[in-house]
Amino acid sequence: MLLISCPNCGSRDETEFHYGGQAHVPYPENPDELTDRQWAEFLFYRDNTKGSFAERWLHSTGCRQWFNMLRDTVTYDIQAIYPMGAPRPVPDAGEPADFGTASLAPDSTTTGTTGPSVASTDLGPAEPAATAPKGAMK
Amino acid sequence: MAEKLPEHPDFLWHNPDPKPSYDAIIVGGGGHGLATAYFLAKNHGMTNIAVLEKGWLAGGNMARNTTIIRSNYLWDESAAMYEHALKLWETLPEELEYDFLFSQRGVMNLAHTLGDVRESMRRVGANQLNGVDAEWLDPKQVKELCPILNISDNIRYPVMGATYQPRAGIAKHDHVAWAFARKCDELGVDIIQNCEVTGFVKDGNRVTGVKTTRGTINTEKVGLCAAGHSSVLAEMAGFRLPIQSHPLQALVSELHEPVHPTVVMSNHVHVYVSQAHKGELVMGAGVDSYNGYGQRGSFHVIEHQMAAAVELFPIFARAHVLRTWGGVVDTTLDASPIVGTTPVENMFVNCGWGTGGFKGTPSAGYTFAHTIATGTPHELNAPFALERFETGALIDEHGAAAVAH
Repeated sequence: MLLISCPNCGSRDETEFHYGGQAHVPYPENPDELTDRQWAEFLFYRDNTKGSFAERWLHSTGCRQWFNMLRDTVTYDIQAIYPMGAPRPVPDAGEPADFGTASLAPDSTTTGTTGPSVASTDLGPAEPAATAPKGAMK
Repeated sequence: MAEKLPEHPDFLWHNPDPKPSYDAIIVGGGGHGLATAYFLAKNHGMTNIAVLEKGWLAGGNMARNTTIIRSNYLWDESAAMYEHALKLWETLPEELEYDFLFSQRGVMNLAHTLGDVRESMRRVGANQLNGVDAEWLDPKQVKELCPILNISDNIRYPVMGATYQPRAGIAKHDHVAWAFARKCDELGVDIIQNCEVTGFVKDGNRVTGVKTTRGTINTEKVGLCAAGHSSVLAEMAGFRLPIQSHPLQALVSELHEPVHPTVVMSNHVHVYVSQAHKGELVMGAGVDSYNGYGQRGSFHVIEHQMAAAVELFPIFARAHVLRTWGGVVDTTLDASPIVGTTPVENMFVNCGWGTGGFKGTPSAGYTFAHTIATGTPHELNAPFALERFETGALIDEHGAAAVAH
């Protein structure tokens, strides 16, 4: 069970979330100019990274907001959580991650004591997480 | 004490060092890789070939699946592929001279909603038209075939009927791999374990060799059979695959006396259950939602699966989970495999079997060997080409294949 720090609600069990697949896949700017091959790439091809992977999550039974996550697909360690529309952060090797855990952590609190993780990260001009749906296709 | 032990049985295959070059290299020593090598040698006379396995033989999904074999798929292309496999399952024990205990105890796919019922009846009709044995059972008939199933109508998802394929069943997965491996070895195929592929050698767009942890090996042709790691290999070779790798979990109970005479699958509540020859109750779940290469998943998936199993089989409430594990499955968006050519010349790919690869092992090997040997697909795997994602000729088995993939 992943323990995920929702930017709005804090630390919650994975069962409250829905997975949205690869992040940063923009809708084609000129859809009518795309070849079949390019459409296939957009519709059916996604990165399938072994290692650090940027992906979308939806806190479907909480604030119902989308956000992005950087997660290792081998260890399942959550490396960063950041708003939709923000650029992919470079994982900081020094600081221990505080965005959630892939372990069976006893603290699966629903009170959100961890607080919004985005506030503690240095992601540059990150927009407020509450506006996440704006970048939902990004 | 030692002198009382029987002698160690003969090894079923050798462990040769890699030769400098081969006519073909199969990457992946699981069921599909071994079956491909076997049919390359047997049907196409290609014996100067090697199977490279990064770990130990058949230690990936071949060791982790729930061993269900059936062919009751909805669409013509899938029914042809899986029925071809089922017919091979019926003859392979004799052909490979190895009884891997293929038990045709039937597979039931339960329907829990009116939508399920209509979809199931449609699939039974489609199966019959394709020569696949299939029938519709009402709840009473379900109970007669599997007395431990709860068919009362006051449970959350009552059993409203089921499709049934009598020729379907289970087999001993490890023994299937060993049977193929022994025959491959006899035919002169090199099975090379602990040999991880780290890259490919190309001349322009043509593959000419494989870089491995045991050195570079030249080869005329390469066949990829790496299931959950197919994308990783494709990236090394310089092309993309429309694959997402997910964890898929399963579990067994302790040993019980025979209580479960068939195989029961439920798409709607996401559990499938059989009883292994030895006596364990074997249960599979749905995939974990996130991408993962970790060969493990989240516990709530198991919890969900057990809740469904206990409601359907009340006597399981007294059983214990003995062991759970996960594999990495290679899913496609149309829930059908990819078997064919790639953008790289002389490189071929067999992947995307997702959660249902074990049952397809014989025909994956049969058709992939044909594709590698001749350079063109067999008529059975032609529809399963990589190009279908571009042409739109998808084989959409999502929700149609009797179980979610």
